[in-house]
Amino acid sequence: MNGQRNKRNRSNMAASDIKQTEEEIISDFDLFEDWTQKYEYIIEMGLKLPPIDEKYKNDNYRIKGCQSSVWLNSYEKGGLLYFEADSDSAFVKGEIALLIKVLSGRTPQEIMDAELNFIDAIGLRQHIAVTRANGLASMIKQIKTYALAGINKP
Amino acid sequence: MQGEVLTAAKFDVDEIRKQFPVLSQKVYGKPLIYFDNAATSQKPLSVIHTITDYYSNYNANIHRGVHFLSQKASDAYDHVRVKVKEFINAAAQEEIIFTGGATDSINLVAYTWGRKFINEGDEIIISTLEHHSNIVPWQMLCEEKNAVLKVIPINDAGELMLDGLRKLLSAKTRFVAVSHTSNSLGTINPVDEIVDIVRKHAESIQHDIPVLIDAAQAMIHENIDVQKSDFDFVCFSSHKMLGPTGTGVLYGKTSRLSQMPPWRGGGDMISSVSFEKTTYNDIPYRFEAGTPHIAGVIGLGAAIDFLNNMDRKAALQHELLLTRHAQHVLSGIAGVKLIGTAAHKASVVSFIIDGVNAMDAGMYLDTQGIAVRTGHHCTEPLMHRFNIPGTIRASFSFYNTLHEVNILGEAVKKAIAFLKR
Repeated sequence: MNGQRNKRNRSNMAASDIKQTEEEIISDFDLFEDWTQKYEYIIEMGLKLPPIDEKYKNDNYRIKGCQSSVWLNSYEKGGLLYFEADSDSAFVKGEIALLIKVLSGRTPQEIMDAELNFIDAIGLRQHIAVTRANGLASMIKQIKTYALAGINKP
Repeated sequence: MQGEVLTAAKFDVDEIRKQFPVLSQKVYGKPLIYFDNAATSQKPLSVIHTITDYYSNYNANIHRGVHFLSQKASDAYDHVRVKVKEFINAAAQEEIIFTGGATDSINLVAYTWGRKFINEGDEIIISTLEHHSNIVPWQMLCEEKNAVLKVIPINDAGELMLDGLRKLLSAKTRFVAVSHTSNSLGTINPVDEIVDIVRKHAESIQHDIPVLIDAAQAMIHENIDVQKSDFDFVCFSSHKMLGPTGTGVLYGKTSRLSQMPPWRGGGDMISSVSFEKTTYNDIPYRFEAGTPHIAGVIGLGAAIDFLNNMDRKAALQHELLLTRHAQHVLSGIAGVKLIGTAAHKASVVSFIIDGVNAMDAGMYLDTQGIAVRTGHHCTEPLMHRFNIPGTIRASFSFYNTLHEVNILGEAVKKAIAFLKR
């Protein structure tokens, strides 16, 4: 009983963490006047994202459904899931940087529950999600698959 | 060469652009530069008005009603068949089948002619330049029939190697399907020569080998004369030649089409139906089951009228001028490499930038109001041939200007400065 309540409390607490991080991103993007500035900001974030170990850059870690190559690795530490990723596209890396900012270092349940409303709020979805070229949806799906595996782990 | 330089002045782009309302808008505050014409062309007012007129004034189902509107719609629809026949110089209007597009047309041939005449061990020849829609239907057929797909190689300029074709031809060759113009590189293939080579081979092995030409990319630029070129099948899409989406054409010689079984069952394709036995209608209706895309076909008719009413020779010269200028401008930028440098080429310029991801660059160009396509352009095997994941493709139409090409050049320089750090 006790453990379950703790788990729920922690979940509630961190869920607001995800929300808070999303709010921060949204207010950052509010400063931009148009899509060009948002694009440039995302590229900047991508260029700053540290590269992952070359050993993860193979088909086992590759996310399908993207025009560009994307590799995503996940590891668990103290009940929390962490993500690191790389891509040959700076824009995709920028998107990954946003997702990592919001989702990395959370419990699997928090990740599963995350609605990721910021993607719509910052105007990203209207620019990329309609095209099959961009794999944002595939990346989110893969992150959630890792989270689900974390939840189902005995 | 002398004549080509003069044509830019002869061809009034400003006047033509007034016919294309979509072009006069701004994107992110910048004038739209539409360089994605190989994906789909823009539509002139006459096409837009023709479609609106159909839905506003004589929308009705065709070939069924005895009433006034149905008769009017049927006449308009049937008249386009005659227009298409004349446009490609087919021998008879029955040789024109309306389909959903070039992809649909190719599938029709693979499923009907292919299923009837292709047997185990038979060989079908395509080329490295093909769009997925002229690869996959043949692969599916080969898988079903245990037949073999063979591929004509290309050289580093992106040109088909006819010696490669000669080597592929064998006693088992039964079908050849090649594109007229490559959508990714713009290469114009020597289709007449290909037909000639195949015909001679067919004679030597005493076996019939039909040739299918995927003319989706070619139709807006080139004059196709199916009789003069002796093509067996020609496939194309309305939306790449100023017409609406969802409509296309399969041309087939009467001798070919009349051998082919129907593929989709339904209304209009039947002669009579009973639960014991259904007999099928004659060509072309045998292949047009169900209510067709009436507005689409009538719109295609307006697109053909538009093309017929303009100076197509001057338009083509103008497109070549844009292409050469773009090749000149882009190849002068450090780090840019052109992919596909065929001597005979349509208005497509594909390129990569050293150290810059194609999609990132394409998105940058988008922020500048420039519409290009990035990626593999539905030609993955072709990209593998060049050992690249994809390209940035700028494809021009007669309504584009040299000024727009210059803006592209400047924007590519800016993209490199921003992205290559």
